[in-house]
Amino acid sequence: MAPSAHQMMLDQARWRWSESLFWLSSLAVLFVFPSKALLFSQIAIMGLFALSLDLILGYGGIVSLGHAAFFGVGAYAAGLMAKHGLGDPLLGLSVAAFAAAVIGWLTSFLLLRGSDLTRLMVTLGIALMMFELANRMASITGGADGLQGMMVGPVLGLFSFDLFGKTAYLYALSVLFLLFLLARKIVHSTFGLSLRAVKGNALRAGAIGISVSGRLVAIYTLSAAFAGIAGALSAQTTQLVSLDVLDFHRSADVMLVLVIGGVGWLYGGIIGAIMFTLMQDWLAGITPQYWEFWIGLVLVCLVLVGHDRIKTGVQSMVARLGGKGGAA
Amino acid sequence: MLTILFDGIAYGMLLFVLACGLSVTMGLMNFINLSHGVFSMAGGYITAFLINRLGVPFLLCLPMAFLFSAALGMVLERTLYRRLYARSHLDQVLFTIGIVFMAVAAVDYVIGSQQQTVKLPEMLKGRIDIFGGSIGLYRVFIIALCGLLAVTIQMLLVKTRFGSQLRAAVDDPRVARGMGINVNTVFAITFAVGSGLAGLGGALGTDILGMDPTFPIKFMIYFLIVVTVGGTSGITGAFFASLILGIADVGGKYYVPQIGAFIIYALMVVVLIIRPQGLFSRSKGK
Amino acid sequence: MSIALATHDLVKNFGGLRATDHVSLAIHTGARHALIGPNGAGKTTLINLLTGVLTPSQGSITLEGENITRLSQHARVQRGLVRTFQINQLFADISPLQSLCLAVSERNHQGRDWWRVAGSDKAHVDEAEEILARFGLRDVMMQQTRFLPYGKQRLLEIALAIACKPRVLLLDEPAAGVPEEERHEIIDILAALPKDVTVVLIEHDMDLVFSFADRISVMVNGALLTEGGADEIARDPQVRAVYLGESGHE
Repeated sequence: MAPSAHQMMLDQARWRWSESLFWLSSLAVLFVFPSKALLFSQIAIMGLFALSLDLILGYGGIVSLGHAAFFGVGAYAAGLMAKHGLGDPLLGLSVAAFAAAVIGWLTSFLLLRGSDLTRLMVTLGIALMMFELANRMASITGGADGLQGMMVGPVLGLFSFDLFGKTAYLYALSVLFLLFLLARKIVHSTFGLSLRAVKGNALRAGAIGISVSGRLVAIYTLSAAFAGIAGALSAQTTQLVSLDVLDFHRSADVMLVLVIGGVGWLYGGIIGAIMFTLMQDWLAGITPQYWEFWIGLVLVCLVLVGHDRIKTGVQSMVARLGGKGGAA
Repeated sequence: MLTILFDGIAYGMLLFVLACGLSVTMGLMNFINLSHGVFSMAGGYITAFLINRLGVPFLLCLPMAFLFSAALGMVLERTLYRRLYARSHLDQVLFTIGIVFMAVAAVDYVIGSQQQTVKLPEMLKGRIDIFGGSIGLYRVFIIALCGLLAVTIQMLLVKTRFGSQLRAAVDDPRVARGMGINVNTVFAITFAVGSGLAGLGGALGTDILGMDPTFPIKFMIYFLIVVTVGGTSGITGAFFASLILGIADVGGKYYVPQIGAFIIYALMVVVLIIRPQGLFSRSKGK
Repeated sequence: MSIALATHDLVKNFGGLRATDHVSLAIHTGARHALIGPNGAGKTTLINLLTGVLTPSQGSITLEGENITRLSQHARVQRGLVRTFQINQLFADISPLQSLCLAVSERNHQGRDWWRVAGSDKAHVDEAEEILARFGLRDVMMQQTRFLPYGKQRLLEIALAIACKPRVLLLDEPAAGVPEEERHEIIDILAALPKDVTVVLIEHDMDLVFSFADRISVMVNGALLTEGGADEIARDPQVRAVYLGESGHE
């Protein structure tokens, strides 16, 4: 018997077994390669950062060259908390999320009018302003030398950060997973569907009663909060915060990461992070200084070849292996 | 204070020459090009090479920098950029960022990361006093040369046939094609000239702004500010936007050094809130 | 009889061009009203003003007595003023079922529900499916909209508006681009629209206009030339002159 329309709608959001496989593997990896724990936590954090960008780029259609602004705000927020005696990691995450969300909310109104180019400029400008601010307020932020004296407490009061990065990875992975679940819920909800409508045809979205500005402000604020949490995780797991959390390169890198993995299907950011970090690790061993050249080359080739390849490749593979192919 | 003003004007004029090509090509093809600074870098480095290695006099280097960058622009446009016109803005952004990264790393690798220096001719060194403010002769030269260029470009746009074809193509490419204007050729020439101007600006700016492999990234934001604040309807917008930007940046860094560059970015954001299509744009913005 | 939609002295200037020239209209509830005029007469501009895509330079607009001149697009839709577009404006990447479910959810103020999966509310999905069936789109309802043939897309264009349960429906050339053989589908749909919905139709197809409309307004150069019952307008010599193309009228 053919499934009902109701059933077909619900099917889109069904959890597929390949997803369980993915997450269990990411946990298992720690026990198979325990020496690489720090690398893995880097990947998880980058994955979360890319996930946050996907929310606005893949689902909101906003091209941003300054997403590092929120990553940096989160990193400094958590770093400052840890420096001044409030070192509980989850508290740091909350404060970071809040701070980044406030900045995101305030700046979202600047993105509602104007073209793609305008948005690009505004997001870039905001990030550059944040960078300048952090630079000038060196007495608080430590400026170019970075924040000194961070004391990060144990997670949930129980798990201290160890030198090998095991706690760091489990912590980062858990946060990533929980936030991923939240993003997944949102993306498959009516709100998420309305975002896709706004991205696809904002004019018609307005014409069926959707408040386009409202949706964009909401998703931008949420995305900023996610990015802020990623920054906080970075600060807490490495116990380091310096100006490069706000650097243009960081905004460009996360864009590349997301594009490699595929925009608009949530897993793209995480898969991109895996590929990017492994590639970076490998190349750093060969040519540490001119890493930038290879990144540039990858970007150029990716665009010329068509960056949807990986995403459609994985999606068709999943469909063939047994999950019913619905749009993710 | 006049000294600051003169410095700002010189800086602004230099920015204009650097960015006006970008303004026109972005308006014409709706092509977001973040790699414009690469052509400036080419102009600056070729000038340094010609002066330091081959002893070519400075003034002669300027047209050579223009030609070199224009040729580079023409080649890249034909082979690479042309494929990106129909692609999404995201693709254009990613592609041109990629080009910048490659160029920056390549120059760093081949030539090294040190600042390039150019030996200015004796007659351009020294300062003069005007109206109580003093200004370097080199800056006077820049103002004069760039002003002359601005007027020439405007005359070319307004008085020549190519100019009117270009303006028609910027206004509405589809209609222009329908009228028999070969928009692709117009664009190729415009892109080459714009890149040439960027190269010339790079050559002129090596002494004042500094020239090293990070130039395209450092100044990318300035070019883009000129384009977004000035609008893409023609070069008058870019001209005034560059002047405002130049004066605001120099003035800001002098009078309120604590916030320095912050002023420029804030200015840009404010302008974009009030008039998203740019201060001097005629159209509603793309 | 109450007035569903009215404009008072509406003006819209684009720089030096007056696209809408002191237009005052009053459309009764349940009317079948057509808006005709040569190309460039300002009909679509008027629709854009009515729906909030453009803001008027002067004048006001009332919907069922309420002044909506300052209201946003989506707020007007929430109050029952819905339009279709002359060139299809659809959501290419999602399916007709998803598009209609979205419209239905929005109408029920559940567009911001971020917790439940889209389509959880069976009543909404059923309603969407029922509308799609009425428009003959049920067999393609799960395909991505971009793959639908043009005729079906045109039907979807109208179905999407119907899903918003409009009280006043503005149709901008619903038959545009639809081949002769398929026009009857559009005509049938129009005839089947509920009697209490006020319908304003812009069309160039005169057969469609005269078979559908009770009252007709004629616009030329941004202003209302004349207005009356379908028969009156058909016989009006001024209207014929405008349509038989005097050069100089753009």
